[in-house]
Amino acid sequence: MAAPMLRWGCRGRRWALAWVDGGSCHRRGAPTGSTSNRIRGQSSLAQQPLRTAQKPRKGEHKWAAVVGLEIHAQISSNSKLFSGSQVRFSAPPNSLVSFFDASLPGTLPVLNRRCVEAAVMTGLALNCHINKKSLFDRKHYFYADLPAGYQITQQRLPIAVNGSLTYGISAGKERGQVIPKTVRVKQIQLEQDSGKSLHDDLRSQTLVDLNRAGVGLLEVVLEPDLSCGEEAATAVRELQLILQALGTSQANMADYEIQRQISELENGGEILNETRSFHEKLGCTVSMRDKEAKQDYRFMPEPNLPPLLLYDATSLPTDADPQQVINIDQIREMLPELPSVTRERLVQQYGMLPEHSFTLLNEVGLLEFFQNVIKETRAEPKKVTSWVLNIFLGYLKQENLAVSESPVTPSALAELLDLLDSRTISSSAAKQVFEELWKREGKTPGQIVSEKQLELMQDRGALEQFCYSVMKDHPQVVMDVKKGNPRAINKLIGLVRKATLNRADPAVIKEILEKQLSL
Amino acid sequence: MGSLLRVSAALKQGQITPTELCQKCLSLIKKTKFLNAYITVSEEVALKQAEESEKRYKNGQSLGDLDGIPIAVKDNFSTSGIETTCASNMLKGYVPPYNATVVQKLLDQGALLMGKTNLDEFAMGSGSTDGVFGPVKNPWSYSKQYREKRKQNPHSESGDSDWLITGGSSGGSAAAVSAFTCYAALGSDTGGSTRNPAAHCGLVGFKPSYGLVSRHGLIPLVNSMDVPGILTRCVDDAAMVLGVLAGHDPKDSTTVHDPINKPLVLSSLADVSKLCIGIPKEYLVPELSSEIQSLWSRAADLFESEGAKVIEVSLPHTSYSIVCYHVLCTSEVASNMARFDGLQYGHRCDIDVSTEAMYAATRREGFNDVVRGRILSGNFFLLKENYENYFVKAQKVRRLIANDFVNAFNSGVDVLLTPTTLSEAVPYLEFIKEDNRTRSAQDDIFTQAVNMAGLPAVSIPIALSNQGLPIGLQFIGRAFYDQQLLTVAKWFEKQVQFPVIQLQELMDDCSAILENEKLASVSLKQ
Repeated sequence: MAAPMLRWGCRGRRWALAWVDGGSCHRRGAPTGSTSNRIRGQSSLAQQPLRTAQKPRKGEHKWAAVVGLEIHAQISSNSKLFSGSQVRFSAPPNSLVSFFDASLPGTLPVLNRRCVEAAVMTGLALNCHINKKSLFDRKHYFYADLPAGYQITQQRLPIAVNGSLTYGISAGKERGQVIPKTVRVKQIQLEQDSGKSLHDDLRSQTLVDLNRAGVGLLEVVLEPDLSCGEEAATAVRELQLILQALGTSQANMADYEIQRQISELENGGEILNETRSFHEKLGCTVSMRDKEAKQDYRFMPEPNLPPLLLYDATSLPTDADPQQVINIDQIREMLPELPSVTRERLVQQYGMLPEHSFTLLNEVGLLEFFQNVIKETRAEPKKVTSWVLNIFLGYLKQENLAVSESPVTPSALAELLDLLDSRTISSSAAKQVFEELWKREGKTPGQIVSEKQLELMQDRGALEQFCYSVMKDHPQVVMDVKKGNPRAINKLIGLVRKATLNRADPAVIKEILEKQLSL
Repeated sequence: MGSLLRVSAALKQGQITPTELCQKCLSLIKKTKFLNAYITVSEEVALKQAEESEKRYKNGQSLGDLDGIPIAVKDNFSTSGIETTCASNMLKGYVPPYNATVVQKLLDQGALLMGKTNLDEFAMGSGSTDGVFGPVKNPWSYSKQYREKRKQNPHSESGDSDWLITGGSSGGSAAAVSAFTCYAALGSDTGGSTRNPAAHCGLVGFKPSYGLVSRHGLIPLVNSMDVPGILTRCVDDAAMVLGVLAGHDPKDSTTVHDPINKPLVLSSLADVSKLCIGIPKEYLVPELSSEIQSLWSRAADLFESEGAKVIEVSLPHTSYSIVCYHVLCTSEVASNMARFDGLQYGHRCDIDVSTEAMYAATRREGFNDVVRGRILSGNFFLLKENYENYFVKAQKVRRLIANDFVNAFNSGVDVLLTPTTLSEAVPYLEFIKEDNRTRSAQDDIFTQAVNMAGLPAVSIPIALSNQGLPIGLQFIGRAFYDQQLLTVAKWFEKQVQFPVIQLQELMDDCSAILENEKLASVSLKQ
């Protein structure tokens, strides 16, 4: 299947300000007009004109931003939420449009079972209460890429509510320490995506592509428990990992997208001043936002879809047709390992720092790469972790490559680490071999080592000869060693290594030197 | 009287061929063109279908009772390749690429599609007078029965100026069946739109249980109340068509799985004395014509005299039905009509300064005052500040109304008997003295609550009024007891022996009707 489309993003943000000072007046009455405005501004999220928050005298209160997020993730499904049209990225415009998607009069929505299962699975993974009965609503607005004039969503009674998302912030002074944080999940709802409008300003035309119209989305609404852009971005990243682990959404937001969101979130204060609220929007233009604030969506129950009923093992009717019912318990059994569990397992099994487990999961494909190396090498897991996270990831980052684009395969790295582990090569030689591997010349580490003569000297007699020559040429250093200067022996080791063109194992050199100097 | 099942028997026996039958109906459509019953006559399609049907009969591969039978379809059902207008400028020229499920089912049984029938714009009305193609004239205006009565009345004007309305909004379908241009027609019924014109045109008008028949392809008025309706000349015909149409449709999630047995053949009512007929006392309103009131009580007496138990029941929330309907209907209308923006299909204005200006002008030009008025009201009710006070309250009232029926049926009533309309059909000039909203509110009074509750109901012609015009009574059944309801209606139909419309004066050449009559007598001899 073609690459899934990048349709994942925080389309709406809800901001509010909350007092963080001594708790002086927000519980008390509101003596003045401006205070009462502030209280309302604080108590209702993003609905009130928040610029009034600037009014109090300087220093009277401190303010902290709280961030709530509404995240739309496209459900991984072969067909749309309410029609049989295919879901495919980069198809010719308007080639994946059923009569329903084009909202031909008389057409009716038919709910896609796969999308419901994806929502239930996501709800379970986010510790939500799954509503055994949920409802669909129509949300009305006129827009060229919304052919029905309304979007079908779940406003009143969504499929999942009251969950939580735990994520980790790497703060703390100790290296590798990760502080767990939790954001409450208000609800998860199923809804339709809209089409796509392309504005041709030159000809003042709008071109509409309905391929995306009606594609199933999961809207995950987070409570305003996040206090800064970094927290928001980390929570979103964790959600992304969960959705990917579940397979309910590709959720493949590019790195720059995360960066863009972080910077947008961190600049939130400014945006806050000029806009009354961040909420749902139709496109991405700033001008839409003002309209948004005034929009009354005239929500109404969707009359063409009966209530969505889900069952569990106890409520499942005995004569139920398995094709017609969805069993929550059955879906729970199918839940894969979630990222938090995976990380814990990595820490336990391989003794890595929690921070490393985060890094392994954060890069798409990196964990799999790591596990494949582990499988094939005799090297210690700690060594593997260090090589994968420091050297391998460093090279990837430098060239801005994905793990799947790496020139070095897990087997090659495993072979290289074996050579290192068996002391066939030194660690600096290993780095040299890695560098060669990165050039994609199709050579194995073994071939590179022998071509470049990077093996450590195994001939002890020859090495003893090198040591003897070095001592003879550097009597002053030998004297220093004998006088008890502890750093002098290292200098000798260095000199011997240089003489052997770095092919000798420093530990063996040291042992020979010590013996020859009778230390 | 030229019923569907009788002409079907004639087709099977080779007394008439589908092509002959089709041509007779096409010729009648031409002769009765002034009734304005059809918006589109699909002559070529029908003749081609007739030809195919004829081949099947010749090869002994008839598809069943509907094979070769001319039918008509209200112009708010989507028909593949045939213009579907909803009698609105908005959809003039719109040719759907698919068939409504009910249309497809009829065609799959070999029925001949004669054309698309007239209606009030988007089925909003009770007269079939408010469509962009003009009003439908009631064939009874030209019947011998009505004309003779009028001659006796010295005050009546002569000429055509006092023609009668058909009722609506499925007036085109009713006129089409009533004038013998087809043997059955599809209407739609949201507040009485099938039963009301059936009553005014002397036909059987059946509204099935909500969820029994697919709405896929029916251009909606109120999704939660719309059902495809069936207009025929007798109850057996309606039952046969229902048998074809009923059943779960994967394209309509509100249809239920296998609620009735098929094919649907009505047995004779074995024992009337086991029946309990309920008479809702709230349906006795001052506006009810005394003639209809007396026919209503004679009908009740008829059941009682045959041993049935007839009891008075109460449906206490009936009087709230119309205002409740107003809120729910206009709200759904506001939502359903949002898709008509001129972008994908249908009418588009010439204005292109901005998308918003284009929307506004397109919708202003495309919809009539009635539709625009309902959109405006509906959007008002759905505003955030009004939603609780109007929409939510109306939904609660709807539940109370539905519960009224449940309580009545739980008290042992099998079927409710009520009038269908307040009076017989009125002249067009009198009808338009009131606006559409007032008329709809009055005319839906006995039919509307049934849609709120999703129940099956059927209007049966009982007798002619003093003016020589048909009067219908309505039977209401329990949800999905459609078969039982029709069985009772069939018994009643047999007792009352409603007269056949005599359209000799209407037709210059009455041979067609006479031949239909002959066919009827031929098959009766079987």
